[in-house]
Amino acid sequence: MIGKYRRNRQAISALVRDTEVHRDLYVDQELFELEMEQLFANTWIYVGHESQVPNVGDYYSTTIGTQPVIMVRHTDGDVKLLYNRCPHKGTRITGETCGNTGRFFRCPYHAWSFRTDGSLAAVPLKTGYESSGFGESHAARGMTPVRHVHNYRGFVFGKLSDIGPGFEAFFGEALSSLDNMIDRSPAGKLEVAGGVFRYMHDCNWKMLVENQTDTCHPMVAHESSAGTAIEVWKSAPPGTQKPMAVEIYAPFMSSYEFFQSMGIRVWDNGHGHTGVSHSIHSDYSAVPGYFEQMKAAYGETRAKAIMDESRHNTVYFPNVMLKGPIQLLRLFKPIAANRTLVESWTFRLVGAPDMLLERTIMYNRLINAPTSVVGHDDLEIYERAQRGLCSNGNEWVNMQRLYAPDEAEQGNAVTDGTSEWQMRNQFRAWTKFMTMSL
Amino acid sequence: MTTRPSDQQLIDFILGEARLLDQQRFAEWVDLFAEDGRYWMPLEWSQTDPRLTSSLMYEDKFLLTIRAQRLKGNRTYSQKPRSRCHHLLQVPQIDERNDEEPLYVTWTPMHYVETRADQQTLFAAWATHRLTVVDGAIKIRLKRVDLVNCDAAFGSIQLFL
Repeated sequence: MIGKYRRNRQAISALVRDTEVHRDLYVDQELFELEMEQLFANTWIYVGHESQVPNVGDYYSTTIGTQPVIMVRHTDGDVKLLYNRCPHKGTRITGETCGNTGRFFRCPYHAWSFRTDGSLAAVPLKTGYESSGFGESHAARGMTPVRHVHNYRGFVFGKLSDIGPGFEAFFGEALSSLDNMIDRSPAGKLEVAGGVFRYMHDCNWKMLVENQTDTCHPMVAHESSAGTAIEVWKSAPPGTQKPMAVEIYAPFMSSYEFFQSMGIRVWDNGHGHTGVSHSIHSDYSAVPGYFEQMKAAYGETRAKAIMDESRHNTVYFPNVMLKGPIQLLRLFKPIAANRTLVESWTFRLVGAPDMLLERTIMYNRLINAPTSVVGHDDLEIYERAQRGLCSNGNEWVNMQRLYAPDEAEQGNAVTDGTSEWQMRNQFRAWTKFMTMSL
Repeated sequence: MTTRPSDQQLIDFILGEARLLDQQRFAEWVDLFAEDGRYWMPLEWSQTDPRLTSSLMYEDKFLLTIRAQRLKGNRTYSQKPRSRCHHLLQVPQIDERNDEEPLYVTWTPMHYVETRADQQTLFAAWATHRLTVVDGAIKIRLKRVDLVNCDAAFGSIQLFL
């Protein structure tokens, strides 16, 4: 079947205008498949954290776009990424999400075995291949490695294609958010901790990415949850200590002025963050002993600078959101045009008090779990949008708020916290990486 | 009631608790919890720690009250239309009786159905209740709900197992 968009640079580019994008970006399955072939191949996609595979032979199975991959600690100590299929018949090599495979992967079908860099180690009854020309086959090369891997201070990214910029060029100054999250550990080190929430969304993955810098929705969509939390807290007996949960919920009801003045910073290639000057994470109670640990590790001035940073949501285009101040990472895993798996990961600051991890885990539970009332608010909106976009009454999604005609040329910039500039920035990057090989 | 509930009274309490949920009497349901009572739904199989390991729910009475109140809110869009639920319980087993403290531990396998509009989702779980007696009434100190597929990816779970 010949589709509307395959090998059609013009048709794809026409979907993103200066201030609006076409609804096919959310509902069209052909476009979704092209996203997997182009956008999710030409950009650096977050795979996992090296603390998930601390020992030689440890592995973790996940996806890059819709491609199944394994992250594994090789015998030389490096983290490798391999496509998760046997080169023989295509059998998925790992069944468990994570585990330890020792020095070799072994296919459960015919016992072909592979070193943890993917190379073929042994095939049973090898004589059967001796005069077959097997050495020249694709299969003899073993499990296919992901072509480009970058481990940035423990965060492992992969890029499937040879097209697209190198790691540093792709992220540029945006890496400052990751740096800040890592620097919050007195040891300069993070570990995945607490477990991951996996929340299934019947909507397009880009709705979630856009929503991360949408600061005009919290006081509306979350009135039901955060607003109710504030109401219930008002009826607590006088003198009751403010619970951690109220500190987490209440700022969602902050005024438009609060969000306007927090600012948004946009970076090249679709990255950006809310909360330049302050954020909903600014007024959390101090954790006893933490600043002293930071001061001892970094000196007072640097420790203060690290802790004063209060970035709200950092978007790493295309499908990551990071919260540095509370060590949380959300990964929006595309499954189909109308289906997305949202994974919410939490990290321990190595060398810092447990109470920080406790707060991070509480935040994740209250805001990002499938049982979270804030999550219910958001998912309801996404799913309604997914259905509403099927309407032929209007084929365009508006992203015009605080648009300025010269913004596309400005590169990295800081703007009003309620601007939709960062969303437009993402869609400019979308066009760029969707069409760069056409 | 005396300070020593019979096994049958404990069983009736748990059946009655599920009935309040099925009948959407959420405020009355929250009142079944002791002042320091908790509702806990672990994320991990055989989870032991609710503090530094994530849970689907780990809520005190304050958070449960927010949920109960939110469900009837005029701007609670995820409840337009409303969800409904149905509990099918096995007869609770009394695992522990301590009349001194007092503390009673029960074990109740269940199937739970949550519906909203055209969608119906089935969950299977085991509920462990740690019950006590306050002013002559049975109260929940801890209701722990272990989903058989606790680590699966879920859509929204909006009511209470």
